[in-house]
Amino acid sequence: MKAIDNVATVVDNVEPDTDVVADINGKNVSVRINIKEKIPFGHKFALADIKKGEEIIKYGEVIGIATADIQPGQYVHVHNLDSRRGRGDM
Amino acid sequence: MNFMGYRRTDGAIGIRNHVLVIPSVVCANQVARGISQLVPESTWVEHQHGCTQLGADAELSTRVLVAHGTHPNVFGVIVVGLGCETLRAQDVAAKIKAKCPYKPVHLVIIQEQGGSIKAIANGASAAREMVVAASCLAREPIDAGELILGTECGGSDTCSGISANPALGIASDLLIDAGGSVVLAETTELVGAEHIMAARAVNEQVAQRCFAVIERCERLAKSMGVDMRGSQPTPGNIEGGLSSIEEKSLGCVYKAGSKPLQDVIDYAVPVTKKGLVWMDTPGQDIEQITGMVAGGCHLVVFTTGRGTCCGSPIAPTIKVATNSAIFDIMNDNMDLNAGTIISGEETVEQVGWRIFNEMLLVASGKLAKAEALGFNDFAINRIGPTI
Repeated sequence: MKAIDNVATVVDNVEPDTDVVADINGKNVSVRINIKEKIPFGHKFALADIKKGEEIIKYGEVIGIATADIQPGQYVHVHNLDSRRGRGDM
Repeated sequence: MNFMGYRRTDGAIGIRNHVLVIPSVVCANQVARGISQLVPESTWVEHQHGCTQLGADAELSTRVLVAHGTHPNVFGVIVVGLGCETLRAQDVAAKIKAKCPYKPVHLVIIQEQGGSIKAIANGASAAREMVVAASCLAREPIDAGELILGTECGGSDTCSGISANPALGIASDLLIDAGGSVVLAETTELVGAEHIMAARAVNEQVAQRCFAVIERCERLAKSMGVDMRGSQPTPGNIEGGLSSIEEKSLGCVYKAGSKPLQDVIDYAVPVTKKGLVWMDTPGQDIEQITGMVAGGCHLVVFTTGRGTCCGSPIAPTIKVATNSAIFDIMNDNMDLNAGTIISGEETVEQVGWRIFNEMLLVASGKLAKAEALGFNDFAINRIGPTI
């Protein structure tokens, strides 16, 4: 992951109210976050406050737009992230 | 760095020595299968095309069928037609023979033979002769730089962009450094990452092609009037944690390693440049493999998170699991495990080298699991309707 990412991916199933450490790009900069919700293996949580309409960043790139306000530690997926590409419905 | 392969009379190299039965039309599928069943050492394909296709669509299907016949992994070909089809078996056979005069090519037309049983007997007799002749050929040392690798990800999950795809990127770089060619494809799964590829293009023309093929792909998706999600990413991708095509693409692009992008070519067009080439294919796994192999890929390394068993009939398809769970669960179909990156047991670089070494072993004759299980998946991208 890159330093400007505002989401991270879990590498195990995570239960609510668990503290995790996100290792930023192999550097010795880690962020401690309390996970608020159940997050399945491979899914994402927010590293920071993300406002509705704000870009969601992973790999240092935009992966979508928040469709609701998101708090650190909250689950981020299709229920609160909208893609901006291939949208024939818009 | 060498592997053991077959040097064809025209200088092309192959890593397999198949006798391939090709129906030129959907109506000849069952006879093609019957021929291959009687001669177990042969392989065959089936498809849904070959009649009442028009213009560029007919031309594309013909080109893909011919390209599988002329492929250097193929020793000999039996082409089967019904007798009345648009993509005439005799034309397909003639085109293969014209490009590869040294290759045995046998034509079977069901209506002329007098039906399916006689056609199968006729084709099987020719196939039997070819597999015996093929078995007399010997492998010789060939430089790894002559290899053309197809890269693919299918059944992706969020581990794909973290483990197997970056490791495949390392292997891609290694092959390019050795003088080989690597094909990146599945254009849909580069939507959102095209600027990354364009920045690596060797010139402005190639950079513009990156944006052009993405724009066309997105226009096609939008023309269906729906949100692409549910098809791309697929329900399985979404269950696996991928939330958008952008996220999927940013993980997919890691397969391409770090080398400059030499060219952007159309579906099933021959790969002629050394280095990294982007072939414009759909994201559908089988259409992608078929297009890359038609373009000349000798083998395919295919990363998967959700698990997939498919394989090309003529190009070994090596499966790399993105996570250890799927490597264990679907071990019958998974060749390598990149899940050790997730657990921290291995680095991306170490797995990359493992993939590269496996590529050389498979090129020299080691069977990929999909081959051992006889998978012969084949699908041609359609660009026009059946009329």
